[in-house]
Amino acid sequence: MARQVIHHEYDAVIVGAGGAGLMAALEASKRCRVAVVSKLYPTRSHTGTAQGGIGAALGNLEPDSWEWHMFDTVKGGDYLPDQDAVEVMCREAIDVVYSLEHMGLPFNRTPEGKIDQRRFGGHTMELGKAPVRRACYAADRTGHMILQTLYQQCIKQGVAFFDEFHLTDVLVSGGRCAGVVALCLATGELHCFRAKAVLLATGGFGRMFKVTSNAHTLTGDGCSIVFRRGVPLEDMEFFQFHPTGIYKLGILVTEGARGEGGVLLNGKGERFMERYAPTMKDLAPRDMISRAIYREVQEGRGVDGKDYVHLDLTKLDPDVVERKLPDITDFVRTYLGVDPVKELVPVQPTAHYAMGGIPTNTNAQVVADAKNSVLTGLYAAGECACVSVHGGNRLGTNSLVDIVVFGRRGGRHIAESVGKMELPPLPSDALSRSHEEIGRLTSNLGGESAAAIRTELQQVMMDRVSVYREETGLKEALATISTLRSRYRKVEVEDRSLSYNTELQEALELGYLLDLAWATTVGALARTESRGAHSREDFPKRDDANWLKHSLAFATDGNIKLDYKPVSITRFQPKERIY
Amino acid sequence: MQIRIKIKRYNPEREPKEQWREYAVEADPMDRVLDALHAVKWQRDGSLAFRRSCAHGICGSDAMMINGRNRLACKVLIKDLKQPITIEPMRGFPVLKDLIVDMTRFFEKYRQVKPYLINDTPEPKTERLQSPEDRERYDDTTKCILCGACTTACPSFWANKEYVGPAAIVQAHRFLFDSRDHGAAERKPVLDDTMGVWRCRTIFSCTDACPRGIQVTKAIGEVKKLLATGGPPPATAVPKPS
Repeated sequence: MARQVIHHEYDAVIVGAGGAGLMAALEASKRCRVAVVSKLYPTRSHTGTAQGGIGAALGNLEPDSWEWHMFDTVKGGDYLPDQDAVEVMCREAIDVVYSLEHMGLPFNRTPEGKIDQRRFGGHTMELGKAPVRRACYAADRTGHMILQTLYQQCIKQGVAFFDEFHLTDVLVSGGRCAGVVALCLATGELHCFRAKAVLLATGGFGRMFKVTSNAHTLTGDGCSIVFRRGVPLEDMEFFQFHPTGIYKLGILVTEGARGEGGVLLNGKGERFMERYAPTMKDLAPRDMISRAIYREVQEGRGVDGKDYVHLDLTKLDPDVVERKLPDITDFVRTYLGVDPVKELVPVQPTAHYAMGGIPTNTNAQVVADAKNSVLTGLYAAGECACVSVHGGNRLGTNSLVDIVVFGRRGGRHIAESVGKMELPPLPSDALSRSHEEIGRLTSNLGGESAAAIRTELQQVMMDRVSVYREETGLKEALATISTLRSRYRKVEVEDRSLSYNTELQEALELGYLLDLAWATTVGALARTESRGAHSREDFPKRDDANWLKHSLAFATDGNIKLDYKPVSITRFQPKERIY
Repeated sequence: MQIRIKIKRYNPEREPKEQWREYAVEADPMDRVLDALHAVKWQRDGSLAFRRSCAHGICGSDAMMINGRNRLACKVLIKDLKQPITIEPMRGFPVLKDLIVDMTRFFEKYRQVKPYLINDTPEPKTERLQSPEDRERYDDTTKCILCGACTTACPSFWANKEYVGPAAIVQAHRFLFDSRDHGAAERKPVLDDTMGVWRCRTIFSCTDACPRGIQVTKAIGEVKKLLATGGPPPATAVPKPS
């Protein structure tokens, strides 16, 4: 059967329907014709799995200010975040949280009826003096409530959705973006969306690692596709490992569990974080705690000599655990058969969040070189983007802040811009890359299996490019990735049917992961310092003289070329990072 | 260990009729059914089609009938199931391929109940206040992940596809019992109808099927009572913030 092609025209197309995409859609669709293209039903998006809270200096329980939030974010990111962007985010966080509440988000409440707030890693009062209650939350399903609330509002506003459409190309022509191509999963048709503006909100790519909190569908589709189209990827060497993934499964146990009073214990039952972060202890930033767990395990203090430690929630009021942390309690009971009210929870670091991604400015416009030149018509927001507000390490709660603040800014900028713009012409070969790629995968007889290649990729990334890195291991990883990329060209998709060809979809996704793993490893090998989540055993110190800069990875003629650009430093000069 | 898994396969591009196929795959007792489905897909037959994403019971993609009951494949462990494990699509919606059903009607019903906060009063500068007690009233129904397990487990829905169904009523409950919402009158025509809440026969299949542990039948009962008595209970007074 031939693959049909269907054409559409919109003012703006938003790809991805998590928090960033839906927020952008809500804003943009107030003033222009918008289509949201998503490979999942919107409510299946990964924003829904965010647990602990969204940070905003409301000061509902104790004094707080956006400047303190900004300081914490900059320090948490090991002075790599762009401070102009962080300022925008922390200022607007307050307004955007109230806006979510007005949309109906069911936040937990204080006795006075205000939004309740709790402590979270790295969030402090008075520039580091003590933990502060800044995370606004809805039990331990804050992301679920944000996703549901934004989707509800999109329905109210009549936003047009193309659900279960898998992105296959971003069209760039004459130096500007002209639209996207997507595969309709239900029918196998290719849909070409011609548009004045495209906003990518395609999420992260944690599935390049073996142990991850990320959904199976988090394969970095948008990042990889624009990388192939010549857009650089920024700060790819910074990938966050969350310290408390459920042992072996990687399922997240929120930092909110420690915000409510949970502590980490090594195999000897010691509260080891006191040694690594005397002030913040178990509420130190994630990169530090993940490293501390690795050290404890390396030095023989893992539980039973194995590669995990314990999260202790048994000292908490059981009512707090059941009512404020119901979902993680359910996960631990379901997947481990452990009751966290009475027993210790085995945890290990899990690949969680890409700080790097598609470079953008604070209006979510993609900037395609070291001079921050705007690529007209192309936007990115959320985890797929790098503004950069997270720098070397993201603080807990700031992913939700990022998606709603910059999703909204992107949507607004689109709404203001498209009125003055003409629909750009489509390139004459608009469909050719999508046809070629799908055609190759579904006609190959090379006999390679995408599943096997993916397993090998995830293993080498976990072994060589995770919490600690060093030159030999990174070079080994690069060699393996190179071999896997050659084998990928021989991947054979056995299912030749058009409808719901999920085997084809997984093969396309593997191609994206291979690109991104490659860029991550190249960036990690080049950066000869330790900063935030990027820890080189052979270069254990931060090196501001040489490395206080963002990396940009460009795909050029089968190779990756690195360039660098400066960090915006406005209020806070880099200092040693102690918690 | 080796496990046996029987899957109802259907691919209309190849074969007009559905067929049961049995597979033997390696699995750990603590593995999820989703892991076993992946083992089949990645080692035996790449064409096996099912939806999944988060793999820990939050995204709601992989609701299906497992050993005769609606479950999320990522929330049932192998050790808790009799073998061969039988897997088939949820009942009541058209099957598109293997375990994938057409969810269009499901989301249409969801939209019918106006699943969004209705409140036209001017927005305050900060949050609208709500007491913890008022927040608690609709807590249970905010957990819904729209997986479809409840609606497709409901005999009343199987018997009459015009029934709005438990999932949509759960969504309505979430707003009707929210002290900030003013939309009860707008939602009434859909709910207070023979194809609305009154089609529910209190069979409790929905409550049994819900992977989020929502007391679905209870929520439907509360909506029935609200419609019969003419409105939601008044909001608890919130003390003025100091």
